[in-house]
Amino acid sequence: MLIKSNSIVQNCFHCGDECSNTSIVEDEHYFCCEGCKMVYGILNKTGLCNYYLLSNNPGVTQKIQIRKDKFSFLDDNSIVEKLINFTDGKQTNCMLYLPQMHCNSCLWLLENIHRINNGIIACRVNFQNKEAFVTFDNNKTSYRSVVETFTSVGYEPHISLHSFNGNASNKHDKKSLYKLGIAGFCFANIMMMSLPEYFSISTGFTALTFRYVTLLLSLPVLFYCATDFFVLAWQGLKKGYLNIDAPIALAIAITFCRSLFEIFFKNGNGYLDSMSGIVFLMLLGRMLQQRTYRSISFDRDFTSFFPIAINVKRNTGFTPIAISEIKKDDTILVYDNEIIPADAILLKGKASIDYSFVSGESLPVQKQIGEIVYAGGKQLGEKIELLVVKDVAQSYLTSLWNKDVFKHKKTQHPYIDIISKYFTLALFILCFAAASFWLVKGEYTLMWNTITTVLIVACPCALLLAATFTNGNAVRILTRNKFYIRHPNVIEDLAKINHIVFDKTGTLTHNKKINVQWNGRLLNDTEINEVATLLAQSNHPLSKVVLSHLNINITNAINHFKNHIGFGIEGWINEKHILIGSAAFVKTESVAINNTSKLFVKIDNEIVGVFEIVNVYRTGLNNILFKLKRKFALSVISGDNDAEKNNLQNMLGFSNKVFFNMKPDEKLDFIKKLQNEKNYNVLMIGDGLNDAGALKQSNVGIAVTEGNNNFSPASDAILDASVFSKLPNFLSFTQSTKTIVYSSFVVSVLYNIIGLFFALQGTLSPMIAAILMPASSISIILLTYGMSSIMAKKYKL
Amino acid sequence: MGIFIIIALISLCIAGGFLLAFLWSVKDGQYDDIYSPPNRILFDNDQSKPSSSSSETNQLSS
Repeated sequence: MLIKSNSIVQNCFHCGDECSNTSIVEDEHYFCCEGCKMVYGILNKTGLCNYYLLSNNPGVTQKIQIRKDKFSFLDDNSIVEKLINFTDGKQTNCMLYLPQMHCNSCLWLLENIHRINNGIIACRVNFQNKEAFVTFDNNKTSYRSVVETFTSVGYEPHISLHSFNGNASNKHDKKSLYKLGIAGFCFANIMMMSLPEYFSISTGFTALTFRYVTLLLSLPVLFYCATDFFVLAWQGLKKGYLNIDAPIALAIAITFCRSLFEIFFKNGNGYLDSMSGIVFLMLLGRMLQQRTYRSISFDRDFTSFFPIAINVKRNTGFTPIAISEIKKDDTILVYDNEIIPADAILLKGKASIDYSFVSGESLPVQKQIGEIVYAGGKQLGEKIELLVVKDVAQSYLTSLWNKDVFKHKKTQHPYIDIISKYFTLALFILCFAAASFWLVKGEYTLMWNTITTVLIVACPCALLLAATFTNGNAVRILTRNKFYIRHPNVIEDLAKINHIVFDKTGTLTHNKKINVQWNGRLLNDTEINEVATLLAQSNHPLSKVVLSHLNINITNAINHFKNHIGFGIEGWINEKHILIGSAAFVKTESVAINNTSKLFVKIDNEIVGVFEIVNVYRTGLNNILFKLKRKFALSVISGDNDAEKNNLQNMLGFSNKVFFNMKPDEKLDFIKKLQNEKNYNVLMIGDGLNDAGALKQSNVGIAVTEGNNNFSPASDAILDASVFSKLPNFLSFTQSTKTIVYSSFVVSVLYNIIGLFFALQGTLSPMIAAILMPASSISIILLTYGMSSIMAKKYKL
Repeated sequence: MGIFIIIALISLCIAGGFLLAFLWSVKDGQYDDIYSPPNRILFDNDQSKPSSSSSETNQLSS
C-alpha cells in the first residue's frame, strides 16, 4: 500500500541481489550498493575482472559496510603473533579463514590477490576448509593491511584466536586413509593368494608359500588397521559397557588365532581372508561415517561470537586491547554493529541495542545514559562509550555457559549398541550350548571347531555396517539438502523425537525481515509525509522501522516537537497536531492490548490508524506446522513479547503451547521439564545465543542459520534457513532410516543363520566362510545404500 | 607349479608399488582439498593488466 514499487528490477553485477534503485552504475553495470561498486572498482583497476566471467554475480553483498579502523587492533604485535603461523622477520606465513569463499571465482580472485596488494607474495587456497595460506613481505605490507586487502574485495577474514584447530582433524583423516589403503591392499592380495586353496588346485610347496605370504599380509591388518576396534572395545569394557566394537574385536582376534592354529598345525589355510575383509569393510564404513564437515563448526561458544579486541580508554586515548584483557572499570568504545563484550554501564552516546541474538527480542532496545547494557547485545547506530562493570567471564551471557549442561557431553546410546549387547549375549549362549553338545558326545576337535567358527561367522559386522552405511548415506543426503549433521548418531536420535520445541525470532520468523502494516484509513501523500516528518525526529527503534518502511524524503518543518519517553512523540506540522505512540499515549478506546509493537497515529484528535510491526514468518510456515503437528507435540518458546500469541496459537493448534518472555535459563528448564516429567524426546530448533542452553539440553538441538558463514550456537545439527520448509521431510526421512537399519539387520541375521548352520556342525570350510562373509557385508552395504536413496527420493530430498 | 609363485610375487610387488603411491599421495596432502586443484588448472594465465603495477589500493571501503 505504502511502498512504491519499482518496475525495472536490476540485479547487482557484483552480488546478484536485487537493486532497490538503479542509481549506482559503473561501466554499464548496476550495483545494489556502494560497497559492491567499490569492490568492482578495485578489481577493474587491477585487471581482475575475470572474476565476473568465471561465474555469474560471484560477489558477496557489501551492504553492511566495514568500519575503517575495524582492524586497527592488528597493529598490536602481541595479538598478531598469536594469529600468524611463522615469520622470519622478512616474510610471514599466515592462514586466514574466509567463510565467504563459495565458487570458482572466489578461488581465482583469492589466488590472484597479489595483484591488488603487491606485498603479498603468494596466496594458496584450501577450498574445502575455506582457508587461504598467505605469504607476505614484511617490508612491503603488514598483517593488518593483508587482512584489509581481503576485506576490500569482499572477503573479510574471520579472525578468532582459537579457530585454528583444523590440523588435528586433518591428521586423523590422513591416518584413517592410510589404514583403509593398507587394509584394502592386504585384503585383495590375501583373497588372490587364497584362490588356489579354495579350489584345492595347489599342493605342496606352492600352497605352503602362498599360505605364509597370506599370513605376512595379514599382520599389518591386525596390528595396524584393526587397532581402533581393540582400543574402542577396551575403552568400553573399562567403563563396564559392552559396545559394538567388543564382539568385533573378539571375532578378529579369534579368527586370527584360529587361522594361526590351522596354518601351523592343521595344514589348512585359515580364515585370514575373512578377517582382513571384515576389517577393510568396517574401516570403509567408519570412514564414510566420520567424514566431517571441516568448514562447518558445530562447537562455537560465546567467545567466537565476540570480537577479538575492543577499544579501551587508556591514558593516551583509546587503544585496541584483546578481549580477555578487559577488566572491571575499564572504559570501552563500541562502534556500530559491534558486539558488547561485557556487562557495562552506558556513559556516552545513544545506545540502540539489538538483543535479538541474546534474548530473542525482535526490535532493538534503547538505553539511556547510566543504564546497564548486557554482553552479547549489538550496538546499532553511533559509537558508544561504556564502563565495564563485570569481567567478560562473569557477564550474564557468559555465565550461562558455566551451567552444567555445557560441561557434560551427551552420552550416546544408539540402538545399535543395545542390539549388539543382546546379540553378543545370544551368541555366547549359542556357542556355549553347541560346545557342550559336542563335549557330551566326546568330539573334542569338533567342539573347538564349533566354538571358533561360530564366533567367526556370527560376527556382528554386517549389523554394524548396516548402521554405519545407512547413517553415513543419510548424512550425505541431508548435507546435499543443506541440513548439516554433526555426527551420524544424531540421525538415530532424530528418529526418536516426539516433541518439537521452536524458538520464534529468527527460527519461525525471518531474522532480519520486519514487516510494517498500516491499519486505518487511507492517508494521502501530504499526510504520509507529515507522519514521516514527526517519526524522523525520534530515535526509537519502532519509529526507525516505520520510517524506513515509508521510504520518503521529508519536506516539512516541525514545530513544538516533544518526546514523551516510553510513550510516544508529538509535534505540530503544517498547523496540524500529530501524535504517534502507544495506545495509552493517544488515548484510544480501541483494543486495549498492551502491545509494544504498535504505533498509533493521531492527527488533530482523530485516530487515523495504527502501524503494526509484525514479524515475517518463513514462507509456508503454516503448512510446515500443519504437517508437523500431526506427528509431534509442538511448543514455541520465545524471548520476545506476546504480540504474536494469537497468530502462533492458530497455526500450532490449541493442543500445543506457546510461551513468551522466556529467559535463556527458563528455556533450558522448560526442555528439562519436558524430558523428565513427560518423558519426551525433545527436538529444539533455535538460532540465537539465548537458545544455546536449550539446544544443548534437548535430545537433538538444531540451529537455524541464514547462510552457514553466520554464527550459530553450539548444536547437533545446522539447518540452512532456506530449506526450513523441508523440515517435515527431513524428520520423516530420518525415521525411515531406522526401518532400513532394522530390515538390513534381518537380512544379516539370515546370513548368520546359514553360516551358523554349518558352523554348529563343526564343518565350516574356509571356502564357505570366504564366500559368506563378504557376500553378507556387501549385500548389506548395497541394500542400505539403495534403500536410503529410494527413501530420499520419496521425501523429495 | 613354481611359475605360480613367481607370478603371484610379481603381482604382489606391483600392487605394493601402487599402495606406496597411494600412501605417498595421502601424505603429500593430495586428498586435503579435492576442489581447488581441478579448478585451478582451468584458469587462464592471461594477465591483462590495464593500469598495472601501481596498485596501492589498500584502503578499506567505508
